[in-house]
Amino acid sequence: MNELVSAVPWLGKRNPMAARWLIIILALAAPIIAWQFGRSWVRILDFALLYMMLALGLNLVVGFAGLLDLGYIAFYAVGAYTFAFLASPHFDVHLPFWIVLPLGAAFAALAGIMLGFPVLRLRGDYLAIVTLGFGEIIRIFMLNLNYPVNITNGPQGINMIDPINLFGWDLSRNLQVTETFSINSLFLYYYFFLLCVAGSILFIQRLQISRVGRAWAAMRDDELAAKAIGINTRNMKLLAFSLGATFGGVAGALFGAFQGFVSPESFSLMESIAVLTMVVFGGMGNIAGAIVGAFVLALLPEILRDVAVPLQQTLFGTVILDPEVLRMLLLSLAMILMMLLRPSGMIPARARYAHAENMKREGAQ
Amino acid sequence: METLIQQLINGLVIGSVYALIALGYTMVYGILGLINFAHGDVLMVGALTALQTMMFLMGVAPGMSPVYMLTIALMVAIPVCITLGFLMERLAYRRLRNAPRLAPLITAIGMSFLLQTVAMILWGRNYHTFPQLISTTPMQPIEGVFITPVQVIIIAASAAIMIGLSLLVTRTRIGRAMRATAENHRVASLMGVDTNAVIAFTFVVGAALAAVAGVMYASNYGIAHYGMGFMPGLKAFTAAVLGGIGNLGGAMLGGIMLGLVESFGAGYIEHLTFGFLNSSYQDIFAFIILGLVLIFKPTGLLGERVSDRA
Repeated sequence: MNELVSAVPWLGKRNPMAARWLIIILALAAPIIAWQFGRSWVRILDFALLYMMLALGLNLVVGFAGLLDLGYIAFYAVGAYTFAFLASPHFDVHLPFWIVLPLGAAFAALAGIMLGFPVLRLRGDYLAIVTLGFGEIIRIFMLNLNYPVNITNGPQGINMIDPINLFGWDLSRNLQVTETFSINSLFLYYYFFLLCVAGSILFIQRLQISRVGRAWAAMRDDELAAKAIGINTRNMKLLAFSLGATFGGVAGALFGAFQGFVSPESFSLMESIAVLTMVVFGGMGNIAGAIVGAFVLALLPEILRDVAVPLQQTLFGTVILDPEVLRMLLLSLAMILMMLLRPSGMIPARARYAHAENMKREGAQ
Repeated sequence: METLIQQLINGLVIGSVYALIALGYTMVYGILGLINFAHGDVLMVGALTALQTMMFLMGVAPGMSPVYMLTIALMVAIPVCITLGFLMERLAYRRLRNAPRLAPLITAIGMSFLLQTVAMILWGRNYHTFPQLISTTPMQPIEGVFITPVQVIIIAASAAIMIGLSLLVTRTRIGRAMRATAENHRVASLMGVDTNAVIAFTFVVGAALAAVAGVMYASNYGIAHYGMGFMPGLKAFTAAVLGGIGNLGGAMLGGIMLGLVESFGAGYIEHLTFGFLNSSYQDIFAFIILGLVLIFKPTGLLGERVSDRA
């Protein structure tokens, strides 16, 4: 929470307590406000929360440990497909949610370690390309593993995935409070996801100031020096990959259950880049940054969709830039301009353990 | 036996295109230590510009000879790509030359997606058929082995370009300046080399090669669309790493080897995996090779640089 208050522009510095309450109230009230604009906006908020989890996880890898991972969405895919395999009519297996979710996370973590081992020695740009290749390999397998044995159902994807079921409480059904008043399932999902995100933030915050987090920071800033002071960089890198992947896996499982449908299309390179842009936009190595980046960049395209399309219609008579193009344009421009103009992101990470003279350099990472 | 020779030819054709693209990667990497992620998309811009020009020419002068048409299309595509390469370097990468190591790479990724998006706006999402001006009727030099005139021209032209580039780098003044800059920026500039100009020139040459490669790639497959540059770009990068990044000969060797591996792999994967995997897995060979090279011989076949450089 202390980290998060820096996301509130003016209040954060002056009155952290008030900022904290503001965030809590906003987080709780957001879907109710969104509901006023229509059902779909609550859905968008639900997805924004999933993106937050992804951004938090990728931030572990990129921001904390300094390993640029361009195939992060592969872990999301592993989580989602695990859920789809184990809780859908596709194989006719319907395991309970509380078994599938940890399994999804575990498989994703395993994939993270599998990716981590070969790339341990690589740094920077090479690592980026190899992880990108890994993401593509996973996607190619998802697309083509419907022959000769149908495992992933190819480009059609897997349908009718079981919804999230918390001890017999089905989140996909509206909650009937009284005869006349019921809570829409989108709200139920929202609050459940919010709980997950809050849990993740708490965990990551503790992690950041732990021995592991400090080791990552040391490794990111100077790998050789980190080795010299006795940090086992190999294990630390593997841990970063697998923990980051775990978040991706959990988010993926939630995504599969929430959407009820997974297909390779949702796990394209563009999504990896989108999540990376969120982290970069918000500020690498910083929890508040990841949250704000995910929130802004998940919502902005949707807002543009609502504003820009009618605007173009009135101005030019036709839709020149369709929403998907707008989203790509926005993300790519955000990435380039952030790097050129404000490389430390909207909310620069505070250098926790650096001396004052190193702060500038640290912030620029 | 015929299949073997056929795969060899296919591999050589696609390998020479990869080699041309890889040269662009490797030159920029050699000088700046930057993976210019957007290089593949410059290729796409080259192909689509050429396509646009040909469409225009076909409308204006339908009776024009295909050779002239192709030449004019190239004459338009190359300057467009050169401008693009120059602008990218000038507006984005130059400002980031002293930035932390991840910044230029992230910018390059953004640039790649920006180019794709702009191309999507200009040319739409559809696949366009690329006019095959040179005959694609296969010839049969050996019974059962097919090669089209387009493929012959691709191999010949890329060989000529590679020889030309080698001469440029080893024999001319600017080539020497390029090598000096790659060796050490600061010392080169102390010796009176205008390193900024040399770096810009490198981007320009790389972009011109990408334009040619784009036209070749599109002619070979007969299609062009906004995302076509991504895969060959990635594969060419793999080729550059395989040959030893920063090394021109390595890029050529790596490109041709990658083309051969891919073509043989696609041809035989079904036998090797007992029908479990088929040729739709063709694209994963490049990534597997990339992984293996980086793990076991990160310097590549001919390179000297260490992989730790970031």
